[in-house]
This record gives sequence, C-alpha cells and structure tokens, in this order.
Amino acid sequence: MKNKKAETVEAAIAAVKDGDIVLVGGFGATGVPEKLIDGLCDRGLRDLTIVTNNAGTGRSGVARLFGEGCVGKLVCSFPWAKESFVFKELYDAGKIDLEIVPQGTIAERMRAAGAGLGGFLTPTAVGTDLANGKQIMNIGGRDYVLELPMRGNIALIKADRVDPRGNLTYNKTARAFSPVMAMAADHTIVEVREEVALGDIDPEIVVTPGVFVDTYFITGFYEIGKGQ
Amino acid sequence: MMGDATNLLTREQIAACAAGDMEDGWLGNLGIGMPTMITRYIPPDRDVMFHSENGLIGMGPPPTPEQFDQDLISAGKEPVTIVVGGAYVHHADSFAIARGGRLDCACLGAFQVTEAGDLCNWRLPTQKSGSVGGAMDIAVGSKRVFAMMTHTTREGEPKIVRERTYPVTALGVVTRIYTDMAVISVTDSGLVLERVAPGLTPEEVQAVTGAPLDMRNVGTISIAA
Repeated sequence: MKNKKAETVEAAIAAVKDGDIVLVGGFGATGVPEKLIDGLCDRGLRDLTIVTNNAGTGRSGVARLFGEGCVGKLVCSFPWAKESFVFKELYDAGKIDLEIVPQGTIAERMRAAGAGLGGFLTPTAVGTDLANGKQIMNIGGRDYVLELPMRGNIALIKADRVDPRGNLTYNKTARAFSPVMAMAADHTIVEVREEVALGDIDPEIVVTPGVFVDTYFITGFYEIGKGQ
Repeated sequence: MMGDATNLLTREQIAACAAGDMEDGWLGNLGIGMPTMITRYIPPDRDVMFHSENGLIGMGPPPTPEQFDQDLISAGKEPVTIVVGGAYVHHADSFAIARGGRLDCACLGAFQVTEAGDLCNWRLPTQKSGSVGGAMDIAVGSKRVFAMMTHTTREGEPKIVRERTYPVTALGVVTRIYTDMAVISVTDSGLVLERVAPGLTPEEVQAVTGAPLDMRNVGTISIAA
C-alpha cells in the first residue's frame, strides 16, 4: 500500500512550488488547513494563486499567506469582510489580483475539473457584471453562463479522520469545499485531526475516498485562528 | 419624508411578517442581516427547516457554551447548532440544493428591487467590486425570493423602482417584497400591494414606491404584541 502519511508539515507540502494554483478548503475561519498554510509561509513560497471562499480571517491561515507576500492572485466569492483586512490592504496597494466568482460557481467549476468535464452551464450570474465576457447559451428557453473547469496544482484541505488509504471524514461545516477541492487538484494534501486503523471508517460514511488524497499529515485538535 | 415614522415597522417586525408567510414543510435560506431574525418568529406549529449554504441543512439556534463547536457555523460565519434530523453537505451539493430548485424560499436583504422582480443586493454602484458569496446562486435557484429592506433610502428615495440603478444580482427572481411599510407581491402583471403597516394608507405607500401598485385588495400587517 502506498504510504500517504507525512511525518512533518515540511514533508507534507513538499510538492508545492512557486506559481502554483492552490485550492484552500474552509469557509470563513472554519475548515481552513492552518497548519499546512503555516508550512507554505515558512517556505517563503511566492506568486501563488489561491482559490478559497474568503479573503482571510485576522492574521492566521490564508491571511498569513497574504501578509507574508506568498500570493499573487486570489479567486474567491466574498473578499470584503472586516476580518479580511490583511487582504484589503494588499489589494488597495495594488499588490494582489482578485477574481470574484459566485460561491456555487467556484464549487461547481472545481467539481467539473475533478469530474473530467469541459465545463458546465449555470443560470447563476446571467445578466450580471460577473457574466461579462462569458459565453451565454440558451437551453430550452433559459439563458445559462458557460463556466469552465477550475483545476488546481495543489489542494490543501482539512479533515477530521483519515485511514491509511486516505479515506476521509470531516467535522460538521468544516467540510465546506474540501471534497470538491480534493477531486480538482493534481496533488491533494490533507491535514487531519486523527488517524484511525484501516477498516475503522465504515465505507458507508467515507466522504472523500482515498483515491482523491495524495498526502496527509496528523495535527490533532487545535483551536482555529490562534496561529501567528 | 413619509408622514409619521412611528408607523414604520421595526426590523424585527419585518422579519416577523416574513416569518409568518413561511409555510409548513418549507426549506428556507436566510441572507445576512435582517433575514437571520426570521428564525425567531416561525410559528411553533410549523416545520420549517433552514439551509445554510456553507453546508448545513437544518440550521438551529446559536449554541450554548457547552454546545459550541468551532466547526459548526452559519453562512454568516456565526456559531450555530444543527437541528435533529439535519445534515451536512459539501459545497457542490449545497449549491445543487440552491440552483436545483430545492429551496422553497430565500429571504434576502436588498438595496433595490424592480417591478419585474430584479434583485439588486450584492454591490453598491459606487463600489468597484462586492462580496457576492452565494447570493446569485441562491436567488436564481430558489422557488421564491422574499426581498427584505426599508421601503426607501435614508434620503427618502424609493428602493422599489421600474428601472434599476444598482448592479443586479439576479433577473426577475423576487416574488415578494417585505419593507417597513408594506408587503408587495411581484406578479406577471406588476406589483400588487398586499398589506400595509398599521396606520399607513395604500396611497402613502404608493407615494414612496417608484412603480405602480395594484391597490385593489389591501390588508393590514398584523403585528404581534
């Protein structure tokens, strides 16, 4: 059996390189893989494109990546929130690019990438600024926006339990985008609270099967948003 | 300005009014702000479930300190609970629920609504970009959209208009408008004034509405003590 377990954060994130498109799980501060992100910061990576729902919370997690100058572009649905002040400062200074995508469209673009599809048609954003420049197709009398798949070089996600095959379960709303991100990246790295023995996760409750997981790192429980 | 400001409904009263129109068996979605207050006013004999687009079906009230879990939040990023019989879903499934027509009703704040039901709520005209979140997906997919807002801007300008001047979130989706003055339905033949706040006349509402209202059968909003 392939060994997917990394003993250190450094080993877990060894595949990430400058310029990568990195899909980062979570919603708000919940479900964000802070330990893996700290690892990226400590490596001083540059020019990353980050795909995630929010523009960082406080100074931990994704906000730390922004603050340490690792990110060239953010793709997200909800950039302007008071807790995303690190991002706003960089954006206002012209130091970071931003692409706003509706939340459901972000999710489905990644799902399409993971599912081997060439795109999909959504009624979301028809007639709005966010459909500018995009192809509109009329199907059965209704207009749809053609949206293209969004693939990552890397997915960084957070899960609750893992077995040695990489099968995952999540905790509550920390699940967020992580299952679709795991599908949509060339290389998926998971930080996970607890490792269990093979067979200890009932196949009926596996949320992300190990086929979508390349590397995992055990963190134990930690309180979110308390990083540096 | 409108006559007597004391006749205007409070935010809580607007929420209670919308809550009273949520039917037994519905799955609803609540936007940030005034819509989140709706959960407090659902009549106890009605089974209404709430979807929170970050991945929760069956959103419950805020947690006690013992119930608090950092991994259980609402789409407004507030700590919440899950009701018995609820479920967690990932984002692709959560937005399949929204776009796929499984939401009976989305209650969303609004800056402006047109007589055709165009919803404007994601970005101010003066901003170069906004925080769209799930608003466009939810507005376009929900069976009904209840728009909730004050009837006019602070300057007294109508928020219900014929032609929009704000960036649109979704075209032709609003089915009903709940304001501090009235409840108005959006129909194929135009806006219908359903109910007015106690102490207001239909004519007073029409005077601060930027599109014609059908005022043939107007009731009064009932306000619980």
